[in-house]
Amino acid sequence: MSKILGFLTRTRGTSKLHITDMLTYTYLSLGVIVMFGPVLWLVLSSFKTSAEVVKFPPRLLPYKQETVEVEGFEEPLPLYIATLEDGTQMTLAQKRRVGLERQLIDPSNPEETIKVRLENTVPVESVSFNLDNYVEGVQSFNFARYLWNSVIVTLFATILTLLTNSMAAFALSKYQFRGRTTIFLVMISTLMVPLSVVLVPVFLVITKVGWNNNLLGIIIPGAATPTGMFLLRQYMLTIPDELLDAARIDGASEWRIYSQIILPLSRPALAVLTIFSVMWRWNDFLWPLIVLSRSEMFTLQVGLNSFQGELNVQWHLILAMTVLTLLPITVVFAFLQKNITTGIATTGMK
Amino acid sequence: MTVQTENKSVKNILEQMLNALSVFFIWLFDLIFGTLQKWIGLNRMAYVFVLPNLLIFGIFILFPMLLNFVYAFTGGTEFFPGQRPWVGTTNFETLLTCESFLDPNTCREDIFWRALFNTAGYVVFQVALMVLVSLVTAVVLNGKIKARGFFRSVFFYPVLLSPIVVALIWKWILQENGLFNGIIIALGGDKVPFLVDAQWARFWVIIISVWAFMGFYTLILLAGLQAIPADLYEAASIDGASGWNAFTRITLPLLMPSMVVVLVLSGIRAVQIFDVVFAFTGGGPGTATLYLVQYIYSKGFSSPSKQFGLAAAASLLMAGVLIILTLIQQFIRREEE
Repeated sequence: MSKILGFLTRTRGTSKLHITDMLTYTYLSLGVIVMFGPVLWLVLSSFKTSAEVVKFPPRLLPYKQETVEVEGFEEPLPLYIATLEDGTQMTLAQKRRVGLERQLIDPSNPEETIKVRLENTVPVESVSFNLDNYVEGVQSFNFARYLWNSVIVTLFATILTLLTNSMAAFALSKYQFRGRTTIFLVMISTLMVPLSVVLVPVFLVITKVGWNNNLLGIIIPGAATPTGMFLLRQYMLTIPDELLDAARIDGASEWRIYSQIILPLSRPALAVLTIFSVMWRWNDFLWPLIVLSRSEMFTLQVGLNSFQGELNVQWHLILAMTVLTLLPITVVFAFLQKNITTGIATTGMK
Repeated sequence: MTVQTENKSVKNILEQMLNALSVFFIWLFDLIFGTLQKWIGLNRMAYVFVLPNLLIFGIFILFPMLLNFVYAFTGGTEFFPGQRPWVGTTNFETLLTCESFLDPNTCREDIFWRALFNTAGYVVFQVALMVLVSLVTAVVLNGKIKARGFFRSVFFYPVLLSPIVVALIWKWILQENGLFNGIIIALGGDKVPFLVDAQWARFWVIIISVWAFMGFYTLILLAGLQAIPADLYEAASIDGASGWNAFTRITLPLLMPSMVVVLVLSGIRAVQIFDVVFAFTGGGPGTATLYLVQYIYSKGFSSPSKQFGLAAAASLLMAGVLIILTLIQQFIRREEE
């Protein structure tokens, strides 16, 4: 105990708790609450029963009313603590409810019925994480299908982005050829003009190519990101040209130079682009929303949005499906958080 | 025991197959590209490398950008450009006709102007708050603290959440019978209509955007802070400068390049706000949180009469704003150099 206290109050060498330390750690603890709190609240709420979800004011933890099996009744009966007229309290099972009264029985003596007014009963509850919302949710929310589509899109789009961007970056950073400056400038000038600005015409192109309701229509258009190309090119410029010349003298083909010298040496930049690409594609919404109209082609994000549109009031199902949707990326982050944050901080967006 | 060895051998076979496959592909590509190289010569290989990216870029980004002009200067509800009648600048006139530019009610396309005003207000307040919060967080994280990596990740985590998930999390908290109203009631207050009142809805859209994306800008600013040499601060403290003085005289000026990056990136992102709000308020209540991209989306894709021309004209105006923002950044950067 004293050790913990010592750890908590330890400061910069002095024994007095410095005011800046206190402010710092207050800010950081507040940060943990503000950043994680909403997600935690969502997760806790998703385990509540449908009745509990709409209850106001809400309670922190999910509760479930305890039930008891009584001979002669098919269904388990809910338990209540009843305050009888003489002031004694008993734990009783409810047989049925009539108006403002509950007809209660003692589970050990089911013959005798005791009538108690509603306000004199309190349900017996215990904390319980029930999975009903998840089980019921996946019946109307095709989670497996959407997950599959999202994984396919993210995976292939990322591979394609890495491949085409790195090839182009290689050409633009290591060769002198006619049109190089033009190509580079045109690409860079579109850096700041996002896909959402050319919504209508891109949709026309997709329609002409016949990729409506096709995952290809989401995977291909975003693959030639100027951002990724720019990031990789800037990195490849730092690779010395002498390496390439030496390899050429040894008889290596240009493809071999690209795949076995340039790519391995660009790993930090490629890693950052991978992180960005996965983030962009996994969370992409506007584009899939336009290209996909058949529900079996939906990605997770589009599926979740249309799910909340369909079931506007059924919060208990929406909550459970939202948790399922944020789960994969959270697991990935839990394992790779250090690589992701350092990667972006050191290489990204400079 | 036998099961285990079997598993192992299966794994071995799989690994060998994968290896053989990758060797095969390297060989195959080498063969194709090698032959190509012999045929066209070393220097033209650059075109081969740049081609895939250029093709996708040309078809799906550059060509649509040019096509956007065709849409903007043609009218009607037909989707294919060949069937659309030329209308000149009518679409722009429709968008820009106002008796008074300060009052959206007097404009012909009043919803566009509402979206424009909403977006402008959103951008100003969101960017200001974003820069402030990220700066404070980055400075705190840059101090002598324990478990910096952990706290950095804490602030970054929401960045990974999809906009739809972010919207649903906060809708759940802010709805009429949600957590916040529960707390307010417990403290003896009255329920607040967070999502029904226009000002509250706008306020929360800003807060949520900052919550969801501040971690990213914090990382950029933190990287900028860590690049400031420590001996500068030592020299300052020897000269008797206070902490606040060191912050305003050393930290802020040297952090300016990172600040500009954050300002521009968050500004560009803010102009394009769409998905969070689409799932959070749907643009409501009324048109209180209707922003430009949603206006474009609804004109082109979700309204019964599809006015592609108006959508394209509006997106060209938006692209203009974005280009101006970028030019400002270039200008500031050049001034500094």
